Amino acid sequence: MPISENPIGTPVSLLAMNNETWETVIGLEIHAQLSTNSKIFSASPTAYGAPPNAQANLVDLGYPGVLPVLNAAAVGMAVKFGLAIGAEITPLSVFARKNYFYPDLPKGYQISQYELPIVAKGHMDIVLEDGAAKRIGITRAHLEEDAGKSMHEGLGAHSGIDLNRAGTPLIEIVSEPDMRSAKEAVAYLKKIHTLVRYLEICDGNMQEGSFRCDANVSVRRRGQEKFGTRAEIKNINSFRFVEKAIHYEVARQIDIIESGGKVLQETRLYDPDKGETRSMRSKEEANDYRYFPDPDLLPVAVNGAFIAQIRATLPELPDEKAARFAAAFGLSAYDAGVLTASRELGDYFEAVVKLIPQDPKLAANWVMGELAAALNRDGIDIAASKLGPARVAGLLQRIADGTISGKIAKEVFEAMWSSGTDADSVIAEKGLKQISDPAAIEKAIDEVMARSPGQLADYRAGKDKLFGYFVGQVMKATGGKANPAQLNELLKKKLAG
Amino acid sequence: MTLHTKSLAALAAGLRAREFSSVELTRTLLARIEAYQPQLNALITVTGPSAMQAAAVADGVLARGGAGPLTGIPLVHKDIFCTEGVRTTCASRMLDNFVAPYDATVVAKLKAEGMIMLGKANMDEFAMGSSNETSYYGPVRNPWNPQLVPGGSSGGSAAVVAARLAPFASATDTGGSIRQPAALCGVTGLKPTYGRVSRYGMIAFASSLDQGGTLTTSAADAALMLRAMAGFDVRDSTSVERAVPDYVAALELPLAGMKIGLLKEFFEKGLDRENERCVREALAVYEKLGAKLLEVSLPNLGLSVPAYYVVAPAECSSNLARFDGVRFGHRAKDPKDLMDLYKRSRGEGFGAEVKRRIMTGTYVLSAGYYDAYYLKAQKVRRLIANEFEQAFAQVDVVMGPTTPTPAFALGSKTSDPITMYLNDIYTIGANLAGLPAMSIPCGFVHNLPVGLQLIGRHFAEERLLSAAHAYQRESDWHTRIPAGYE
Repeated sequence: MPISENPIGTPVSLLAMNNETWETVIGLEIHAQLSTNSKIFSASPTAYGAPPNAQANLVDLGYPGVLPVLNAAAVGMAVKFGLAIGAEITPLSVFARKNYFYPDLPKGYQISQYELPIVAKGHMDIVLEDGAAKRIGITRAHLEEDAGKSMHEGLGAHSGIDLNRAGTPLIEIVSEPDMRSAKEAVAYLKKIHTLVRYLEICDGNMQEGSFRCDANVSVRRRGQEKFGTRAEIKNINSFRFVEKAIHYEVARQIDIIESGGKVLQETRLYDPDKGETRSMRSKEEANDYRYFPDPDLLPVAVNGAFIAQIRATLPELPDEKAARFAAAFGLSAYDAGVLTASRELGDYFEAVVKLIPQDPKLAANWVMGELAAALNRDGIDIAASKLGPARVAGLLQRIADGTISGKIAKEVFEAMWSSGTDADSVIAEKGLKQISDPAAIEKAIDEVMARSPGQLADYRAGKDKLFGYFVGQVMKATGGKANPAQLNELLKKKLAG
Repeated sequence: MTLHTKSLAALAAGLRAREFSSVELTRTLLARIEAYQPQLNALITVTGPSAMQAAAVADGVLARGGAGPLTGIPLVHKDIFCTEGVRTTCASRMLDNFVAPYDATVVAKLKAEGMIMLGKANMDEFAMGSSNETSYYGPVRNPWNPQLVPGGSSGGSAAVVAARLAPFASATDTGGSIRQPAALCGVTGLKPTYGRVSRYGMIAFASSLDQGGTLTTSAADAALMLRAMAGFDVRDSTSVERAVPDYVAALELPLAGMKIGLLKEFFEKGLDRENERCVREALAVYEKLGAKLLEVSLPNLGLSVPAYYVVAPAECSSNLARFDGVRFGHRAKDPKDLMDLYKRSRGEGFGAEVKRRIMTGTYVLSAGYYDAYYLKAQKVRRLIANEFEQAFAQVDVVMGPTTPTPAFALGSKTSDPITMYLNDIYTIGANLAGLPAMSIPCGFVHNLPVGLQLIGRHFAEERLLSAAHAYQRESDWHTRIPAGYE
């Protein structure tokens, strides 16, 4: 197996140089494991992390005589996804066998859908860097079973097979070749990722392989209608890797063509350690999967009543929620997008706003700012946040009512984050209450003015910049607690003399 | 007391009346198996000790009065049905060492009825064959003449019943594998409607065609067995959710006025004259009993054999992919890599006929050939099903011969698979259309039994069984026992 047929190497900088000449064409095949309790064709549990083969029964092991029985929950989830991308739901979809030999494929075939997938023709809108929206076509989404895993480490000369994953339900979401850059591909992938979690049909865990994708990448000269020869990059399991793999692959292909070569149609594997893609098998070595309808399973009939029942369970979708946030709370499209990136984040934000309805913008800034930073720093999911919406809203309330300044609030927030207590306790305990008594502020101003005659004279002589010096000195004297607005006003008056 | 010739109903009555015990009955039949197995080779595994234990348990149940109609009655299972803790070989070297970890639904149901398993019947390897000559364990001999084949693939099951080694043997029928051996061995075979009996635990040959059924000495016994075996199974999506009628009560359905369709194509070229004579005589009996005979035609029936030999191998090529030496079954010694493990495990484990069908099936599903073969065969299949439907608009039951000739000599067709395949010409249609069908003894040619085939509408097993039963009240062909086995 050739490691790489590109001996020159592929400086990514080439990309920028070639942007004028070359257009990238990308289609994604996303595999999302469905969050059913049991497998798609057997009663085994699907939980991740069990000891090898602890969750593989006779059906998963492909024993002689056993038969698959379709898990209705998986069908419901696929339909839910279809409805959420505005797709056609196939009234009678058909399971087919994809035949190939591999040790982690116990039956010697994967049960998938081929000619008649359950979900056909949908779409997903993404926002481009310039703020414009772009519609990405979704060709189809079909149900299938996941394969097991081969284990090559720690077993000496042998390889091991873990069939816990075998039979876990998947939907494979196949896009049209509509994406024109790695960024678009990542934006699309992220939106699908957000959507499946909103729908609660997939946990989206990319490290555990619950959500992964293959990228079909080709390049063509700008203005050329015909697609270039594509390479399929297999099993990419992070957003960052998708971007890197595509960049590498695009540069590789351009390089080949510009050196007078031809891109081969092949399957390639992305190696995140080396940051490169390498050939797995060529078109000639590709399997002939000999698809045919699985005679062990009846066609899946989905009627209007079932669709209506599933439609009733659809939550507010990310795009709908973002539009509502923007309209109702006066947020920018960008902020609304960030706050709806997950259902939990959106819910959290809304809970905060409910408690401090007078200033949604303040709530948005804090949830996206301090809170997001703290969560990120500690690697905590918003659903498990140390501070609930009420605590955060309590803090914002104190900013709004002038008890503390925004700057002090950050200090209060940090104390709340480590202690888990409420804002008022921290403010009281640390004596951080803002000084809004004009007499007290004036007294501090007078003291500062008294010990800074030089600066005062310069200021009065026209050195306006020194205003900042006086603000700083008074703040220092009051431990940062002086009400900034009041301080400004009083200081101006006093300095003017 | 000749226990081995009694019907199931008579055995049940005798057991309840304590005329004999299940232990006695079981011991008698095990002794017969021991005596005749060397000349017949009808069984692959005999489970004597566990049978005797189960019989003792059954006697306890009988004594306490909690017995059902089949409690304590021995049976033999075709070795295609998985039996927990008992080797299940499918007559293949591939599964020579395979002890099934679970019971097939049919096995579990009959076990729950209190039936006693005497052993596992020989068969064609993976049910692929029409003469029982593809078995890894050697051919089964026809009890009527040891130089002849018993038919296949359920040759062992048919021989067991014909030789009166058990009153019932389970069997499966993918293209005639119950009816053809029933005809060649002079017993009663019933292939139910596709979906009537669960396929769970029945090692798959061609999933869309395989159907479990019965081999017995009479239609009355078949009714008793089907009542116990049939029914929806949550573990088999292709089993049908439909109430199981009382097939025993249905035996008495009146025959008068029944319309019998004589399938024109069944009586055309290739049918042995003497076979035809027996079949026509049987039809005359039906006429005498008040049935009306009409000619019907299935113009495309001739395409059934080629269509079958595309669909069945296609499914088999996929179904048998799981036998790869990795998890169970035959595993090649010291493989040097994965490909070597696959190639040698399968190369050593499968016999020639199985390999032939896997290769045919792989070919017809391959890119570029799928439309020309598999898809076209499916169209033919639909066409034949439609033609049957049209025929059943005019008649209640279709009748004709089960096979073109009586039993043929061992080795006479093994060198030419096509000739062997053509032996299934009358039986394949019912499988392609999913229809219930039976074969019952209707005479003898040169001291060899001839079978009359009855094909019914979907789920019309009651009609078939009652028609067969009516005939068996007028005839004694089904009571004939091969010389030496009385």
